Amino acid sequence: MANVISIKKGLDIKLKGEAPAQTPKKVRSKKYLICPDDFHGMIPKVLVKEGDKVLAGSPIMANKNWQDMQIVSPVSGEIVAVNRGERRKVLSIEILADAADKYLSFEAKSPKDLSAEQITELLLKAGMWPLIKQRPYDVIAKPGTPRDIFISTFDSSPLAPNYEFIVAGQEGDFRTGLEVLQKLTSGSLNLGIRPNSKFKEFADIATIQQFQGPHPAGNVGIQIHHTSPINKGDVVWTLSPADVIIIGRLFNSGKSDFTRTIAVCGSEVKVPYYANVLPGVSVEELTKSEVNSNISLRYISGNVLTGVKVNENESLTFYANQLTVIPEGVETHELFGWAMPRPKQFSMSRTYFDWIARLLSKNKSYSLDARILGGERNIIMSGEYDSVLPMDILPEFLIKATIAFDVDKMENLGIYEIAPEDLALCEFVDTSKVQIQKIIREGLDKLKNEFE
Amino acid sequence: MKTLRQYIDKIKPHFEEGGKLSMFHSVYDGLETFLYVPNSTSKSGVHIHDSVDTKRVMSVVVMALMPALFFGMYNVGYQHYIAIGESNTDFWTIFLFGLLAVLPKIVVSYGVGLGIEFIVAQYNKHEIQEGFLVSGMLIPMIVPVDTPLWMIGVATAFAVIFAKEIFGGTGMNIFNVALITRAFLFFAYPGKMTGDSIFVRTDDTFGIGAGHIVNGYSGATPLGQIATASPETFTGIKDTMGHTISTWDYFIGLIPGSIGETSTLAILMGAAILIITGVASWKIMTSVFAGGFAIGLIFNAFGTSVALATPALDHLLLGGFAFGAVFMATDPVTGARTETGKYIYGFLIGVVSMLVRVVNPGYPEGMMLAILLLNVFAPLIDFYVVESNVKKRVKRWNSKNA
Repeated sequence: MANVISIKKGLDIKLKGEAPAQTPKKVRSKKYLICPDDFHGMIPKVLVKEGDKVLAGSPIMANKNWQDMQIVSPVSGEIVAVNRGERRKVLSIEILADAADKYLSFEAKSPKDLSAEQITELLLKAGMWPLIKQRPYDVIAKPGTPRDIFISTFDSSPLAPNYEFIVAGQEGDFRTGLEVLQKLTSGSLNLGIRPNSKFKEFADIATIQQFQGPHPAGNVGIQIHHTSPINKGDVVWTLSPADVIIIGRLFNSGKSDFTRTIAVCGSEVKVPYYANVLPGVSVEELTKSEVNSNISLRYISGNVLTGVKVNENESLTFYANQLTVIPEGVETHELFGWAMPRPKQFSMSRTYFDWIARLLSKNKSYSLDARILGGERNIIMSGEYDSVLPMDILPEFLIKATIAFDVDKMENLGIYEIAPEDLALCEFVDTSKVQIQKIIREGLDKLKNEFE
Repeated sequence: MKTLRQYIDKIKPHFEEGGKLSMFHSVYDGLETFLYVPNSTSKSGVHIHDSVDTKRVMSVVVMALMPALFFGMYNVGYQHYIAIGESNTDFWTIFLFGLLAVLPKIVVSYGVGLGIEFIVAQYNKHEIQEGFLVSGMLIPMIVPVDTPLWMIGVATAFAVIFAKEIFGGTGMNIFNVALITRAFLFFAYPGKMTGDSIFVRTDDTFGIGAGHIVNGYSGATPLGQIATASPETFTGIKDTMGHTISTWDYFIGLIPGSIGETSTLAILMGAAILIITGVASWKIMTSVFAGGFAIGLIFNAFGTSVALATPALDHLLLGGFAFGAVFMATDPVTGARTETGKYIYGFLIGVVSMLVRVVNPGYPEGMMLAILLLNVFAPLIDFYVVESNVKKRVKRWNSKNA
């Protein structure tokens, strides 16, 4: 077994409302919304029209630039609307679900008997290709042979679901998923785990790397950096364990069954819980009578650092493994807040005394709202970003190079190694409230266009 | 408190675009965000934010300046009453004299600087930046007590406009704004910034403390004495009445000098606040002292002039060295921004300031010039630190592809 890699820099933000590891509830909504925006970089071509009947696994969208990449319906039912916005941009496809899903059937085959090409073809057809992401650029993978594949088996972000708990009972699917992925790379298949986690049992099929330390130790980008960093020209693929299960299930059962176990969590959820859902499930269904309703709320599809803001009447995004509900905070007007001790707010900065409270009680947890708590300024403080990014990268210089879009500098400073999520903590701790993830996302997109 | 909030909400429309007072939007906005934390919520990226903001950080720095400021006020009065031969005046009168002498400078510095800041914010349609809260407090503390108010006003305006706003405001400036103010004063009005007659106020302040200078008084600062003394006749640094003073006196700081710079003790209290809160870099602070001490020891070894022979420790305690190391060199915007770079940056400030002070006969004090010089070199230092990071990465690529 490899040594444990110890991550020193970072920050654990303990929030209230963690979901307890109890049997997941099955939650099904009447309507499902599939949004093209969830699939970053895809230009959607709608393959269905209102009134069409679809099965779970029937294609409903394709990527205009690469028609083999299909998005399939997660449920069987009837297409009730194709919602469009300005300039006829497709916002979502609305599917009225049947009471029980009927599946489009694929041939269930052991990945051991298939070639990489056959596997790719099946994944594309079953709409599962978008589950595979690639670095650089943090986008949906392009078929080919990646250098390595990386899977982080734990999520260290606030209120994240526990994958050890989720995989329990689905080990077979997870194993098949790993076998599928092993076929797709000429390099190694890496599992990043917490020391002594149950994922050790997959050591026969994947290379195990152990990581300890605070968030972002669970980010796959950090794990890649400490295992085998991405060089210019390298391509690696990344997946979450939940995605591996879905892929494994396809090969075991022949069904495009996108069911995932998500955590419904956050300080405003009365009783946080785990739920088995399909992507596109309505947020209302998940939070009905479960949330405090006397204040305005923020629903986040994903975690509080990297998730997407969704409305109550919208749906869970395609990749989300959790739904977080926190107060929006618009009703709060803090008088002289910046000068107050603010014992209930989280700050990494020692200008508040919160750090002493956290030293004294390791389990102090917070209920934070969505306010920015300050105005956006030029970058003033130095060393803030460095203290929460456990990579041999100078984040401030990389961010500045990205703002200026100096391609050479971005490359040299390590833009290929990072995804916006890796810098989420930098954005959180920033005194100047710079929108770092947005800057990096736009920079990566521009860079990708430059080269492709 | 509710009524205040309601009132603010009520007058808000007037200050927005199209409102009849929209020309004062920046003032309104500045005031509103000063009173209440803005309730705007995140639009992209992270959904929660750390509760720290620039207002918090800047106000911590201003708080860290308070010990030195109050000590400086007392010292202004103390030196005055010694000069007029009434050294047994009671504490509060002495302090009141200093307070009245220093307060107008603070008012002028803040008035001019914030005024310009408000106008620029309005013109550029951005929020008021808090950086000047610190600069505006630093400026009165690094000038001699007898600097005329109009000079402070002119110099502050020059520094804020030409050292900060034309670069794009706080965070974009190359030079420390407070030091540019002092440099402007120093080069534009040298007669009012150097010499023996400006560091101790001998006239009254608003009618308080009128009197006549007693015999034997000399207003020369310790560094002034060191710079002009010849080794043959030098018999140690004297206070204003000619008594020899020691290292302990330099540390406590009841000696003539710029308003906030004399007491190393008070400055170190501020340093403790800055380091505990993590606002300023301990790396820069300690390496400035290390640099100054190291070169001081070398000078001592070759000590032929009075300045060279002054013990290294005394050099660190005298003049603006400690003040510069703690409050000026640590300005994150104009200093080195890489962690390794901070050590180099600080060390060089210590070295250069001593070189200017000791080797150059023209300037008895070198901290201001050293920091301004290193402000220029900070990006270069960072460049090499960044370059070494880049080299590692490129080497990795090349070894992979070979």
